[in-house]
Amino acid sequence: MAPQLEIQIIAVIVAVACALPGTFLVLRKMSMMSDSITHTILLGIVLAFFVTHDLSSPFLILGAALMGVVTVWLTELLSRTRLLAEDAAIGVVFPLLFSIAIILITRYAGSVHLDTDSVLLGELAFAPFDRMIVGGVDIGAKAIYTTGVLLLINLAVITLFFKELKLATFDSMLAAVVGFSPALVHYGLMTLVSLTTVGAFQAVGSVLVVAFMIGPPVTAYLLTDDLKRMLLLSGAIGAVNGVLGYQLAALLDVSIAGSMAVVTGLVFLLVFIFAPHRGLISALRRRSNQKIEFAKATLLFHLSNHENSEEEAAEAGVDTIQVHLRWTPEFTAKIMRSLEREGNIRLLDGLARLTDEGRQTSIRNYNTLFSR
Amino acid sequence: MSSILALFQDYTFQTVALGSTLLGLISGVLGSFAVLRKQSLLGDGVSHSSLPGVVMAFVLLGSKNTEVLLLGALVSGLLATLLIISIVRHTRVKFDSALALVMSVFFGLGLILLTYVQKIPNSNQAGLKRFIFGQASTLLQRDIELMMICGLVLLALVLLFWKEFKLVTFDSDFAQSIGFSPKKLNLLLSFMIVLAIIIGLQTVGVILMSAMLITPAVAARQWTNRLWVMVTLSALFGAVSSVAGTAVSSLVPKLPTGPAIVVCVSIIVVVSVLFAPGRGILHRLYRRRKNRILYKLEGGVPNGSAT
Amino acid sequence: MKTQRSYAVEVEDLTVAYDAKPVLWDIDLKIPKGKLMAVVGPNGAGKTTLIKAMLGLLKPVTGAVRFLDGDSDVRTLKNRIGYVPQSGSVDWDFPATVLDVVLMGCYGKLGWIRRPRKADVELSRQMLAKVGMEEYSSRQISQLSGGQQQRVFLARALAQEAEVYFMDEPFKGVDAQTERAIVTLLKELKEQEKTVVVVHHDLQTVPDYFDWVTLINLRVVASGPVEEVFHEENLKKTYHSSGTLLRSVG
Repeated sequence: MAPQLEIQIIAVIVAVACALPGTFLVLRKMSMMSDSITHTILLGIVLAFFVTHDLSSPFLILGAALMGVVTVWLTELLSRTRLLAEDAAIGVVFPLLFSIAIILITRYAGSVHLDTDSVLLGELAFAPFDRMIVGGVDIGAKAIYTTGVLLLINLAVITLFFKELKLATFDSMLAAVVGFSPALVHYGLMTLVSLTTVGAFQAVGSVLVVAFMIGPPVTAYLLTDDLKRMLLLSGAIGAVNGVLGYQLAALLDVSIAGSMAVVTGLVFLLVFIFAPHRGLISALRRRSNQKIEFAKATLLFHLSNHENSEEEAAEAGVDTIQVHLRWTPEFTAKIMRSLEREGNIRLLDGLARLTDEGRQTSIRNYNTLFSR
Repeated sequence: MSSILALFQDYTFQTVALGSTLLGLISGVLGSFAVLRKQSLLGDGVSHSSLPGVVMAFVLLGSKNTEVLLLGALVSGLLATLLIISIVRHTRVKFDSALALVMSVFFGLGLILLTYVQKIPNSNQAGLKRFIFGQASTLLQRDIELMMICGLVLLALVLLFWKEFKLVTFDSDFAQSIGFSPKKLNLLLSFMIVLAIIIGLQTVGVILMSAMLITPAVAARQWTNRLWVMVTLSALFGAVSSVAGTAVSSLVPKLPTGPAIVVCVSIIVVVSVLFAPGRGILHRLYRRRKNRILYKLEGGVPNGSAT
Repeated sequence: MKTQRSYAVEVEDLTVAYDAKPVLWDIDLKIPKGKLMAVVGPNGAGKTTLIKAMLGLLKPVTGAVRFLDGDSDVRTLKNRIGYVPQSGSVDWDFPATVLDVVLMGCYGKLGWIRRPRKADVELSRQMLAKVGMEEYSSRQISQLSGGQQQRVFLARALAQEAEVYFMDEPFKGVDAQTERAIVTLLKELKEQEKTVVVVHHDLQTVPDYFDWVTLINLRVVASGPVEEVFHEENLKKTYHSSGTLLRSVG
């Protein structure tokens, strides 16, 4: 298999594997925990290496995953004392664990062939050099298999425990009542996140794992309301980001992981601006439409409030309405024109008067508001 | 002992130690406000996000002068903050997700730019990489001067607007009702926090800078119930751990400065959380035990008071 | 202003909306000087929003609020208005003492940059004494009970030495002692001819504590002297039901 193809396959597998647990992180408002874990697993790897003295030992992965869970546990332990806020607890725990890891690596650099750069920043381009050889036959890059197993684990866990994860995410109280321990689901998910981070960082570097865990789910979050669809969409967006990111990196001859992260950002930016219903443009357009609709309703309500009262002349005068409502003359004229065209008001003797229809509309508006 | 004495007489060490003291002081003061405003992690976001700015400034202006690079960092840090705020304001994406996404994407962009710079002939990008982990030993006399100027301006602003910052951090609605605009004050304070982060980048690096902001403030909070004491203590903790970290990393071979400083300041926080009188965990355990004995003596009637 | 008004606050055609959802709709309200006014209405009726809009904390879609004979100079105006927010709106773990918080009431008069002086500290202590909290002045605010926190906020508002006071649910969740202290304080403010607007949830105590009342639910249902407007029919219009709330008043 061509190395380029292998790299892209790895990129896609990693991106999808990250996006799946990431979806739950985003929904559970724990995105920054992934940032914390991606930093601290380094300590787990280093410590496990001191025990095994073997960089390819599976215990390294175990150590790293364990450290991820320890990070979550320590953070919660600290924030449970209520001596500091939860976000501050995250910000205290991970720099410490990360610093210890960096110090250990630098101190024992001679015996640890762990390069901080490669752990933090990753280099996907080298992945094809590490071959998987079974019975003397080269069956492809090793990373394809390791990340593949990871993806399968994530898929299996999320499919099996979909119901539990969903319930614990949206209503942890109900989950507890029904008998799914939210704590168990929580730590289970965190174990999955740690495992995924470990599996992914070799390819893309730990800092950028965050981009793949959070980016696609956040993008999907702007496109759908349905959890299942959000998971599928996250996976798909992750895969697209992986391929596009590789192509961009190849074109510019720059860091593959970095360019995958940038593509993740760009895709999010596109969706952020153009997404139907939840994008920036449609939100602004809707807001301005709502503003006009709302202004019309307000004016009708204002007129009906002051109808037949002694101050009607001032409150409903064509030229004085804007003074009372504190609108600009242009805006007021626009709203009045629109209401007149719809037959809700009539301009008579310099006064804006409700038509029967306008009165009905106003009452209808008011009732809908009240019955909310 | 003599090696420590010799160290403190060493000119390079004096420069570096002065720089890290300044960093600890400034981040301690502004970190207190960041923590009290519940913006602890914004520092993490801003510092990660400053990487592309550093490299971009180098690419565009071709200079490796600290002030040029830090200007780039400032621009991209502020840009990232703006993006995060507008994502949160206009969509249903929550603050933590927006923060995690923006900072990792910016960091990725920084990496792309770094690998791009590597290919430019005759350009030594080693000076740029120091921003990832920080390297206090590269601090120059003029860097210290820059830090000192920024630090003095920041401290002067904190003193000048002390009353206002205190008010708006505690109760921003009330501040607005008596004519102090929270919008302007928050903007000023956020800008000051970002500037403090940027100043520290050279010493501790983009990944660990947030710790310098949060940790001294969290430690200081445990020892006092007064804002000015907290801010002073936080500055002190920041400065002491910076000097200690720098000294240790100079004495022990192959010990990076940034992580050493973070470990020092973390030790202070652990001690504070455990042993601080009044709030600390040990004190609480002791009190609980004392109360239990008191209940027993009084025939199991809980006195129900807070003390 | 040309005409002599005897109103402390005039609200004219005030509409406030979050996105396009109106929270207050075309509110017209005149609060005479020297009245103790309760603002009552069901949950989500816009009581807190009304107070916040009057204080200028929220930008209205339409309409305006005028204070004290049309005085619209913000700088002098802000020092004539006192505000007691809901006590749950701040983080009580903030590192500050009781006196620190009460002193904040003097900040408006001080203006930018100037520091509180001895006279301000003295005034703050007096106000603390008024709410029966003088011996707590150096206590950390997180060590206070809910009622004590409420009284600290009241003392802070008193230190503002304002003419019009806005209080958001001061009676919410307080102990009997605090409730008595607040009532005494309200009467005292009335004697000094101050105007006080209080968001209130306990319908039973309205006739005892207040002399003016505004019933709102999105719009003003009725506003006027308690004995004139605080009756079953208006309450029914406000609460849209003949639920237990009404029977308890009857």
